[in-house]
Amino acid sequence: MPINLLNSLDHFREANSTAAQNTLENVDPPKSYEAMAAPLSLPRLLPSGDSAITVEFSRNIDDTANQRVLALDRTLVRETITGVTETVPTYRSLLVHYDPLQIGFDALSERLVTLAQLPVPPATKTRRWRIPVVYGGEHGIDLEDVAKALNTTPDDIVARHVAGDYRVAMIGFTPGWSYLSGLNASLQMPRRQNPRLLTPSGTISIGGVQTGVQCLAGPSGWHLLGRTAVRTYQLHRDPTFLLEPGDQVTFAAVDAKTFAEQDRAAEAGEIVAKLMAS
Amino acid sequence: MSKFVISAIGPASSVQDGGRPGSQRYGLTPSGAMDRLALATANVLVGNPPFAAAIEIGPFGAKFTARDGAVRLALAGASRNADIAGRAVAFDTSMTLREGEILTLGFARGGSFSYLAIEGAVQGEPMFGSLAVNARAGLGSPYPRPLQAGDELQVSSASGAAERRIELPAAGDTPIRVVMGPQDDEFDDAKALFLDSEWKISATSDRMGYRLEGPVIKHLHGHNIVSDGTVNGSIQVPGNGQPIVLMPDRGTSGGYPKIATVISADLGRFAQIPAGRGFRFQAVGMAEAQAELRKFAELLRTLPDRLHDIQNFDLNIEALHDANVAGAAVSAVDAATWQIASAAEFTPD
Repeated sequence: MPINLLNSLDHFREANSTAAQNTLENVDPPKSYEAMAAPLSLPRLLPSGDSAITVEFSRNIDDTANQRVLALDRTLVRETITGVTETVPTYRSLLVHYDPLQIGFDALSERLVTLAQLPVPPATKTRRWRIPVVYGGEHGIDLEDVAKALNTTPDDIVARHVAGDYRVAMIGFTPGWSYLSGLNASLQMPRRQNPRLLTPSGTISIGGVQTGVQCLAGPSGWHLLGRTAVRTYQLHRDPTFLLEPGDQVTFAAVDAKTFAEQDRAAEAGEIVAKLMAS
Repeated sequence: MSKFVISAIGPASSVQDGGRPGSQRYGLTPSGAMDRLALATANVLVGNPPFAAAIEIGPFGAKFTARDGAVRLALAGASRNADIAGRAVAFDTSMTLREGEILTLGFARGGSFSYLAIEGAVQGEPMFGSLAVNARAGLGSPYPRPLQAGDELQVSSASGAAERRIELPAAGDTPIRVVMGPQDDEFDDAKALFLDSEWKISATSDRMGYRLEGPVIKHLHGHNIVSDGTVNGSIQVPGNGQPIVLMPDRGTSGGYPKIATVISADLGRFAQIPAGRGFRFQAVGMAEAQAELRKFAELLRTLPDRLHDIQNFDLNIEALHDANVAGAAVSAVDAATWQIASAAEFTPD
């Protein structure tokens, strides 16, 4: 009865159906925890093949949804479910990988819906990192164009970017590529029409409503503001991965000479980023 | 110890094993063999654990040499002309390459990837529990990159164990089965078009993703969604309406709607479809997909039960028949296959 198995979950899908608002213009402003006192809506449970379930809290980049994603992720560390092998938090959904030989789709779905409706506890220990960035010039080749497009000066763009208080909403695409929420609305720009095939390691960039810390050199369609010496992913270093989804991040502007020194230190295995609180 | 020397090898060939799941939350993709059944088959033939590290050989030819001793090995997956010092050798069979002998492999026929397992497995330093090559992340051992001519692998000397052959159930040429979703509600009539059409795999495909060529699949609400997690077999539809099936070196997140997902039991069979050959998808329910996965797991578990000793390798006519029957066939793969894909569909969202 394969069809029935899927249909039995239709009410989860319908319960939280939202108008498709996939444009960046419709992003909700961040909500405070007070807003969470309202009854929690049901997430949509979407099959991602036979060995993973997407628990979707929103279709949009939405701070409340991201808080719930991270909360469910923490819950699954505490309330282990036999058969769940790995979880991947993203802006709006938690991808739960599982072994169908140990737990079936329906049983796991039911459990996840229950856990997703627990009140969202504030993260007990939030780590706050300060990440040094050299802005502009050869290290941030799009800074001047971004300033022009936004009718202001490069210094003003840097000031606005540094003033931001960001959270690691998700890590994805390539190792350590950290997507941060909290970008000042005045810095939001559409991505480049033509993505670049190669952008440098450590690139700090903006794209849409997000800013990002890129670890490895690779393709990107975002606007490059600067570079950091911090390696969010480095083999043979403890920890290999520096940032966790949910971590708080601020940036600090440094000059090119400092960047070069920090880059050598980071290459030798130093973390370079400053842990401000946890 | 012996040395297994890569004397010649084409692109898209690398050391692979069962992969490194567990760090996708940090953006680290699992990698691992494109065809896990073929990897396991080659390994089991030489007495290795099913997902031990072996050589995944892309569509082009290769030459290997044994140095400092004999090397026992087995070939499985996409068949090819294969010979040792001029005498034809069979797939799905173990064999011993004597010191100084050369194993020559032709282009892949009727598939894309062959697996060469070595008795005792490829040795190296595991990273996140795996030797699988993920060149972008600098991972893989003994070389964190695809194999090149001149590379040498330290391997066990041949044990002298009896050579063996394995009988596998016929793979069949049935449609590739998918579970619809997770974003099938981003498509309307296009779902039927997706399921009713013939597709071909584009020449610009790689271990990250297979691009499909066929009718344009139109989205209901545009092609940008907010990034979410991906799995092996996710079928995402970018702006041009030509789907991309994500493979083991995929990005861990993606910002295109995913119309369906290839079921686990069919992933290896899908990975072996040569560029340019037509195939179809078929939607199945979750219960069927998971029942097929259980059957697949059982097949993997019982592979050793399918082994038979071969008394005289050269007289194993039945085995040689498979290797030679299509000897004159022209490979579906040509020089345009396995180019490096353009970066456009593989950028962070």
